[in-house]
Amino acid sequence: MREAIAAHVHDGDTVVIEGFTHLICFAAGHEIIRQGRRDLTLCRLTPDLIYDQMIAAGCARKLVFSWAGNPGAGSLHAFRRAAEGKGPSLELEEYSHFGMVARLSAGASRLPFWTMRNYMGTDLPAVNPAIRTVTCPYTGEVLATVPALNPDVTIVHAQRADEDGNAQIWGLLGVQKEAAFASGRVIVVVEELVDQSQIRADPNRTLIPGLIVDAVVVEPWGAHPSYAQGYYDRDNEFYISWEPISRDPAALSRYLDEFVYGVEDRKAYVKRCGGLDRLKASQRVCAGVNYGF
Amino acid sequence: MAAVAARELRNGEVVFVGIGLPNLACNLARETHAPNLVLIYESGAVGAVPERLPVSIGDPALVTGSLMVCSMADVFQYFLQNGRIQVGLLGGAQIDRYGNINTTVVGDYAHPSVRLPGSGGAAEIAVHARRTVVISRLGRRVFPERVDFITSPGMRVKGRSRRELGMPGAGPTTVITDKAILEADPESGELVLAALYPGVAATEVAEGIGWPVRNRSQLKDVPPPTDRELHLLRQVLDPKRLYLKQ
Repeated sequence: MREAIAAHVHDGDTVVIEGFTHLICFAAGHEIIRQGRRDLTLCRLTPDLIYDQMIAAGCARKLVFSWAGNPGAGSLHAFRRAAEGKGPSLELEEYSHFGMVARLSAGASRLPFWTMRNYMGTDLPAVNPAIRTVTCPYTGEVLATVPALNPDVTIVHAQRADEDGNAQIWGLLGVQKEAAFASGRVIVVVEELVDQSQIRADPNRTLIPGLIVDAVVVEPWGAHPSYAQGYYDRDNEFYISWEPISRDPAALSRYLDEFVYGVEDRKAYVKRCGGLDRLKASQRVCAGVNYGF
Repeated sequence: MAAVAARELRNGEVVFVGIGLPNLACNLARETHAPNLVLIYESGAVGAVPERLPVSIGDPALVTGSLMVCSMADVFQYFLQNGRIQVGLLGGAQIDRYGNINTTVVGDYAHPSVRLPGSGGAAEIAVHARRTVVISRLGRRVFPERVDFITSPGMRVKGRSRRELGMPGAGPTTVITDKAILEADPESGELVLAALYPGVAATEVAEGIGWPVRNRSQLKDVPPPTDRELHLLRQVLDPKRLYLKQ
């Protein structure tokens, strides 16, 4: 991880760490914090705890997002302090989920923009001039547009990949495929490195092909406290405990000292968390299919 | 409130499930009168049958046993924009006279007094779902005459109707509160008092609304939650009181 972040994430980059609730690569976020990256433009639909931590650690200049909360538990208070003028300044560029998905779809297709039937009546375009309209050349209908998002680097956590980075994901797929194809560089982080024969045995499950991947990192528990379907459950208790931690800047700073700066790598983080085995997934294995011809 | 919202959902309908109380209402409906409710989550789970109450809309229990898991691009383009969602359930920090919802900021956008999470998928659900059901507790701050920011458009925006603005869905036809049900007047689009919870007076509801709310000529009575609904909500679905905070 250390080498992958050092090689592919630079100060000032536009960075996407995607994963909708599922497979959020906290391990990569923590390594970016440890390496002291600055002036990043962080993009994610749901900034989640990981971007709250990166904002608190001073990595971010700008946040591009569509829903900034701690689902079911409260707020992202480092984000809120910045947005409410009570903390270091942070530029915000805000869409809806559909808008962010559309931006990455355009980016992945190397088109300049994407169209949607959306944004009529909402105040979002009034505060984000990048949300515009286009007249359909076939029907005359006025459609909403958002510009392509082409990040410098995208980090995707996957359940497994081979050495070439052919990455397989199951469970919630979020926008990882779009984000990876939209990106200049791609880092794939996996729970498990497998032989290519295992990938080839089930090619429909490959979401990110190795040919667009620049680095493969093997990092078990790398998505904790988010989850990896079939590997471990979401650490909902930690998400709930983030509310009081992030509300108090001193407590947040202590958290970063202990669990980010205070550990050398993910292995040490897992050891410090302790007892993560309680989150290990139960067995619900599917039967598989016949790929014969 | 969760029980009343659940009753708004009809068996067999396709529902786009939002976070919080809507999540609870949908799962209650599925356990009671609407076993064939099709739950679609913006996270990509289609036909979800969660074995535990999902803490978030991206919970792994939504995947296990579902009919389909698709990308979010598919959810928004092929399900929502395609017109396949019959009901959208939304909550909000502020809801105004015409059902416009604010989940973005309290105060001025550039200098908010409270920064809220933002749209998520709510803006497009409000545009596309064939109808939306809004769930929120009453209170003058929650139901102002005008919201500080329109995140999700309601029945009328700055004097213009949904039809004029080109929105496919019917909008927030029903608002479920903790004391009463409000409904959008089909003519004006204004939210009016339609039904009262047991023991609640219309004046009490009016006190929790920031505009002079009009009453339907005939106010209906909302039946109280049944023992079964209460049992399911408190003992089965949300024993840890994730959503049932009161």
